[in-house]
Amino acid sequence: MAQAAAVAKPPAPPRRRRASATPRRLPYLLIAPAALLMLGFIAYPVISVFYYSLQEYNPTKPWRNGFAGFDNFVHAFTDDPLFWDTLVFSAKWVFVEVGLQLLLGLALALIVNQTFAGRALGRALVFSPWAVSGVLTSAIWVLLYNSQTGITRYLADAGIGSYGTSWLSDTSTVFPAAIVADLWRGVPFFAILILADLQSVSKDLYEAAEVDGASRIKQFWHITLPHLKDAIVLSTLLRAVWEFNNVDLLYTLTGGGPAGVTTTLPLYIANTSVDAHNFGYASALTTVAFVILLFCSMVYLRLSKFGGEDK
Amino acid sequence: MSVKEATKVEPAPMRAAAFESPGARKRRRSWDEVPRWQIYLPLSIYLVFTLIPFYWILLFSLRPAGSTSLVPWPMTFDHFEKVWTERAFGTYFQNSVLVGVVTLLMTTLVALAGGYALARFNFKVKRAFMLALLCSQFVPGALLLVPLFEIFAELQMINSLGSVIIAETVFQLPLSMILISNFIKNVPYSLEEAAWVDGCNRFTAFRIIVLPLLRPGLIAVGSFAFVHSWNHFLFALMFLNNQEKQTIPVGLNTLMGADSVDLGALAAGGIIAAVPVVIVFAFIQKWLITGFSAGAVKG
Repeated sequence: MAQAAAVAKPPAPPRRRRASATPRRLPYLLIAPAALLMLGFIAYPVISVFYYSLQEYNPTKPWRNGFAGFDNFVHAFTDDPLFWDTLVFSAKWVFVEVGLQLLLGLALALIVNQTFAGRALGRALVFSPWAVSGVLTSAIWVLLYNSQTGITRYLADAGIGSYGTSWLSDTSTVFPAAIVADLWRGVPFFAILILADLQSVSKDLYEAAEVDGASRIKQFWHITLPHLKDAIVLSTLLRAVWEFNNVDLLYTLTGGGPAGVTTTLPLYIANTSVDAHNFGYASALTTVAFVILLFCSMVYLRLSKFGGEDK
Repeated sequence: MSVKEATKVEPAPMRAAAFESPGARKRRRSWDEVPRWQIYLPLSIYLVFTLIPFYWILLFSLRPAGSTSLVPWPMTFDHFEKVWTERAFGTYFQNSVLVGVVTLLMTTLVALAGGYALARFNFKVKRAFMLALLCSQFVPGALLLVPLFEIFAELQMINSLGSVIIAETVFQLPLSMILISNFIKNVPYSLEEAAWVDGCNRFTAFRIIVLPLLRPGLIAVGSFAFVHSWNHFLFALMFLNNQEKQTIPVGLNTLMGADSVDLGALAAGGIIAAVPVVIVFAFIQKWLITGFSAGAVKG
């Protein structure tokens, strides 16, 4: 083969030339490593999830494995209250988290965008939880919420609340408790992105508005917010997808409990596949989650007119 | 810029703007002057919320077991010693560093190559490839645990750090590549072409012209990759069964899951987990904001 190639090879074109002209194969060579990794470890797993979703597949019950058609999906939608419960909780979790993170992050970004003494330190401190992992966040808040040694004990010492309160093991307090823990590390994400985008608002616009006598609140509504719109749309979308998919925090903080009230759909899927080895059913649930995510993202981008006429 | 300079060099519209500028500058100062309390009051309240949790974990890691004092005095390092040796955090730490550094290098290199292709060439599958990158943002690694586990089992990589490194790299790649290609687009192509004329080949031109200009962006992307893989938990939990191969987040989770949680050990383990990311964060903080405004959001 090598010989044939050598014979067939036309006289070598001038080397220098070729180096600077656009070689046709170069872009393909450059994306090849990334493309191969993503094909092997994202595309192939996704396809196999779709495939398994149509199968009855459970390694611990091999005699029942085989093609199942849409049985898994039918079961999820008609016969599995847990599916609906966890889906509703996921929606609630994502909506509350992303909404509050956006509002607080926007407020923080506007504040630390001002000029004031100690700004660099203020920014660094405010943003610092950004880099903290879900597991570490859980560890910190487990310490804070601990009924014996947590903040409640000291609050009770000061006459607020009662001794022995454990916010994470009470079904009525666990939701706000987990929300606050996730807010703690989630707000800096929005604050950083919005602050970055604030750097590019033209100062002239504010000056013009000032000349026209517009109040600061009006300037915010008519200049700052429209400018930030695309960044806000994109970051809320990315964050919503991330909050939906991410299981680190709830898995380690509440384990989906107490009594399953903080189990999101992905947590339920993880339990179904890892603990119950019900891979077929878990794959069907995963497929449903994909479709829901994609659908919601499309609707969101359409409704928000992302990248639309106002730019 | 002074008015005189502006009249000399700038074209007409700019000149008009420059004439406005002395008065405008005064007005801008008045706009900047938000009452101080409107800055410091909300900022302080938020800082209390941010810092109490950090203080709390530091307090627990430094005060002796059973103490209820609100200051870490008398101070003890017993918890750290115990976690580092008895709870094998020393080993976890090494593993996490290895995973983090290799993930950083692989992600940056692969994304740099792909990002360059996306920024500088038009080729047949480019649109499809971009679409695949965007779609992969919706693919949650957590939901692919089972098929990924099967792939790594097939490759005989279960219980080896390689599986975690590959998985972390793959899920970092799409965003890193989009970011880097945007950074490269910000470097004028003519700079590279000028270097070719001077006799550099494409690679040399890239290395001496483009690469230095990409530094802030690469630092941002690399730190992301490191922090992300340092923090990430599920892949290590699933693919590494052997205690000697575990990473820090899995170690932390084990401490939390113990029947009677040793709070001092948990706090000390948390501090150990936090130190590298805090250092990285302090180092990249400035670049984070410029990097983002150049690459991510403005797409």
